[in-house]
Amino acid sequence: MILPIGPYKLKVMKKTLLLFLFSPFLTFAQEDLLGELEKDTKKETEYTFATFKGTRLGNGHTIETKNAGSLEFIFQHRFGAINGGAYEMFGLDQAYVRLGLDYGITDRLSVSIGRNSFDKTMDGYLKYKVLRQSTGVKTFPFSMTFLGGLAYKLSPKDNADVSPEFENVDRLSYTAQFLIARKFTTNFSFQIMPTYIHKNIVETYEENDQVALGLGGRLKVTKSLALTGEYYINFSAPDNDTLTDDQKRYNSLTFGIDIETGGHVFQLLLTNAIGLTERAYITETGDNFFDGDIHLGFNVTRTFQLKKNK
Amino acid sequence: MIKRILLLSLVIFSWQAEAQQRYFAEKAAISFFSDGVVEDISARNEKVTSIFDVINGEVAYLLSIKDFQFPNKLMQVHFNEKYMESEKIPKASFQGKITGLNVAAGGTQQVKATGKLSIHGVVKNVEVPGTIEVNGTRLILKSKFMVKLLDYNIKVPQIVYQNIAQEIEVTVDFTYRPL
Repeated sequence: MILPIGPYKLKVMKKTLLLFLFSPFLTFAQEDLLGELEKDTKKETEYTFATFKGTRLGNGHTIETKNAGSLEFIFQHRFGAINGGAYEMFGLDQAYVRLGLDYGITDRLSVSIGRNSFDKTMDGYLKYKVLRQSTGVKTFPFSMTFLGGLAYKLSPKDNADVSPEFENVDRLSYTAQFLIARKFTTNFSFQIMPTYIHKNIVETYEENDQVALGLGGRLKVTKSLALTGEYYINFSAPDNDTLTDDQKRYNSLTFGIDIETGGHVFQLLLTNAIGLTERAYITETGDNFFDGDIHLGFNVTRTFQLKKNK
Repeated sequence: MIKRILLLSLVIFSWQAEAQQRYFAEKAAISFFSDGVVEDISARNEKVTSIFDVINGEVAYLLSIKDFQFPNKLMQVHFNEKYMESEKIPKASFQGKITGLNVAAGGTQQVKATGKLSIHGVVKNVEVPGTIEVNGTRLILKSKFMVKLLDYNIKVPQIVYQNIAQEIEVTVDFTYRPL
């Protein structure tokens, strides 16, 4: 069947075409300008921020480093064991302290130094953010920070007190650690910490090279308050069954509360470790959390912005 | 033939006329300032995008919260994480109309913008004063207004030591050129 298209119909089509071509003159309805801006927005790579509140999770580190030009003063305290009873004021009569400074050289590279009264230890760290969790153009599922540490025991005072062969170099221990974390949601972050520790001198029942794995996380309860946990499993720990009570070694377990107020972060902790270098809390924790050898501790940090960011 | 050329030129002209009423912001910055007892808080966002239609006065701008740069990076983290919740609500915007502009008259003119300001996921009708300077083909828009944090459901925890003001001063500085 042939459709009858007469000259009249063609004319109408021509007019419609003309109307379309001149349409800019005829539009009265306004397009949504905001919609246009949204359409034009370039997609960018967004790096995840604030995976943890501070540079420390409990005793150990988090993936967080200091931003370029900012200096953090950190004051850490570990009291005696709570099961020391009323005579020891539940541990509050004794305390080990670490005073430290962390500084951001770039947004990804930090250095820190500190002094821990436990074993009179001086320590230093280099911390570098190797990988950053991101979404957008470049999506990456986790962040990874490398930590390199050095600790020097000043106790005992004289080498001869240990043995005639003891040298200064024997006071050193080294730490290499990968801190791998993912911020799953705004409120929940999880971190694993494969760790290698080398001690230049050890007890006869211990190994010089030790390997451990840390697991930890934080759960934000409010915008300024978070619960944290940290557990280090030492795979190279000596067999406790063959050791006397003084020689026994336990994995360190820590539970904490992070409270953030502006430039301060307060971390209140319950832990079975008292030393604050990796050598001490990962490989030389002599207290058993499950026997009640729990210590109250806190980390307090204050950040100062030394160089203004442009 | 002449008829056809005339027609074609009319079509082209009509599309050009459409293009010329739109202005696009080539430089657009929004900054804010808040008086604090301990520290003043200030930040600047230079990645704002904006379109302004001179014919009918329609205007819109859009920005990402995370693009606000603070002199103090820790403040920037807190701003995004605790106050603006930029992971959940990444953008802020304004959409409305500017009245009182006569481009032909030139010079600096007092104008008024009315419309919807969206911050922290809360949309409010606002009316803000400003000026537009006609500079050659460019239009320079400047405006200053106050934003109450509570109006946009931005809560500052009481334990925060910096006495963060409940009202902040927002400064808008856009340079438009014809699209």
